[in-house]
Amino acid sequence: MKPSPFRYHAPESLDAAVGVLAGLDNAKVLAGGQSLMAMLNLRYAMPDDLVDLNRIDGLAGVAEAGDRLRIGAMTRQRALERDPLLFARAPVFREALLQVGHIQTRNRGTIGGSLCHLDPAAELPALCMLYDAGLTARGPGGERRIAMADFPSFYMTPALEPDEILTGIEIAPWAAGAGHAFVEFARRHGDFAIVAAGCLLEPAADGTIGRAAVVLGGVGAAPLRLTAAEAALAGQRPDADALAAAAAGAEGIEAMDDGTYSSDYRRHLARVLTGRALARAAERMQGHAA
Amino acid sequence: MTDTTNRHRVALTVNGAAREGTCEARTSLADFLRHDLGLTGTHVGCEHGVCGACTVLVDGAAVRGCLMLAVQAAGRTVETVEGLAGDGPLSVLQQAFVDHHALQCGFCTPGVLMTLTEVLRDDPAADEDTIRDALSGNLCRCTGYQNIVDAALAAAAALREGGRP
Repeated sequence: MKPSPFRYHAPESLDAAVGVLAGLDNAKVLAGGQSLMAMLNLRYAMPDDLVDLNRIDGLAGVAEAGDRLRIGAMTRQRALERDPLLFARAPVFREALLQVGHIQTRNRGTIGGSLCHLDPAAELPALCMLYDAGLTARGPGGERRIAMADFPSFYMTPALEPDEILTGIEIAPWAAGAGHAFVEFARRHGDFAIVAAGCLLEPAADGTIGRAAVVLGGVGAAPLRLTAAEAALAGQRPDADALAAAAAGAEGIEAMDDGTYSSDYRRHLARVLTGRALARAAERMQGHAA
Repeated sequence: MTDTTNRHRVALTVNGAAREGTCEARTSLADFLRHDLGLTGTHVGCEHGVCGACTVLVDGAAVRGCLMLAVQAAGRTVETVEGLAGDGPLSVLQQAFVDHHALQCGFCTPGVLMTLTEVLRDDPAADEDTIRDALSGNLCRCTGYQNIVDAALAAAAALREGGRP
């Protein structure tokens, strides 16, 4: 199908974009378009106005900001998977990005677009949840910071005002010795995952797990951190029993049931994938420690 | 109210030549290439980014022509399947498709060729895994992909000896 008609705006600065958006009451912001354009074509979305961010300079790129990394919201997914700084400091991004769509969609799709679309199974929101990312948004009142934990307000709906634009994402990379993994199960390569699991394991000086983060995508409306498993892992040796016990906790979560995949099946996948992710991350963590 | 007469002039470079047309804001790049510029080699299948038939190169990167607006391509460089051979002989990749029977109905072929053109330009040493990963973004219902992979590997080998993708 073809989109319904809309007015098209291509502001060349963030201020201009915020100004245009403030005067509109049924507008959509266009980033990479790899979800929104499909929704327009299918007429799931029928905005009167489209505000395109692609002509604005300065919204893309990865840079160090003190001990954190700042990622521009308009950074293409393909640029992220190839970014040497991001790979050096947060290699789990590349592992997850290679499972996002296809090269043809990653060439256009952006991190900010994925966050704002907020598909429950999307990899980038799960990664941002894994890192407790800090987001920045710009509106008529200026810049606002939003913790990733507060960003999903409900199903596929970010906590942004209609006149706000997501501009950047900040993460605090884990120590160089940390292990990482991102695994998912999808029916076809490049599909949204039925369930995805990501984790980070940081070693303590004595070789135990000093700090753990585990996230699941595809189980609920928003990516879910397994905080109980994270707490249980801290201080333990990363042996098979400890990892299996943490993964077993994933089977106790509440999971959605969408008619195709039952909540029982999702819980089963959550346990299996959490186990695989923890095992891979532990191997990489030990690899660094040794 | 939406102004449905909202039309845009789009000037861009297509297959090395300056081209321009006028279209509605909602016109996709794929429809603009086909209907306004007469370049019907780019095919339109699913119109929601899944099938890959409309894949073209924008500034050298393979993208879905149905998930980009024509107005967004203003000032950019676009390559379509018509540009691979131009008025000359088939490209190394196209010739490999002929030699390896890498197409049957041909509907997906323009998109497949453009995807592989980017892959082989990036890395003429691309291996089978890289090629299959890239091809996961182009649906082919005839071939089972095996002959496409064979053709791509043969093209890669020929390119390493100095051809043009």
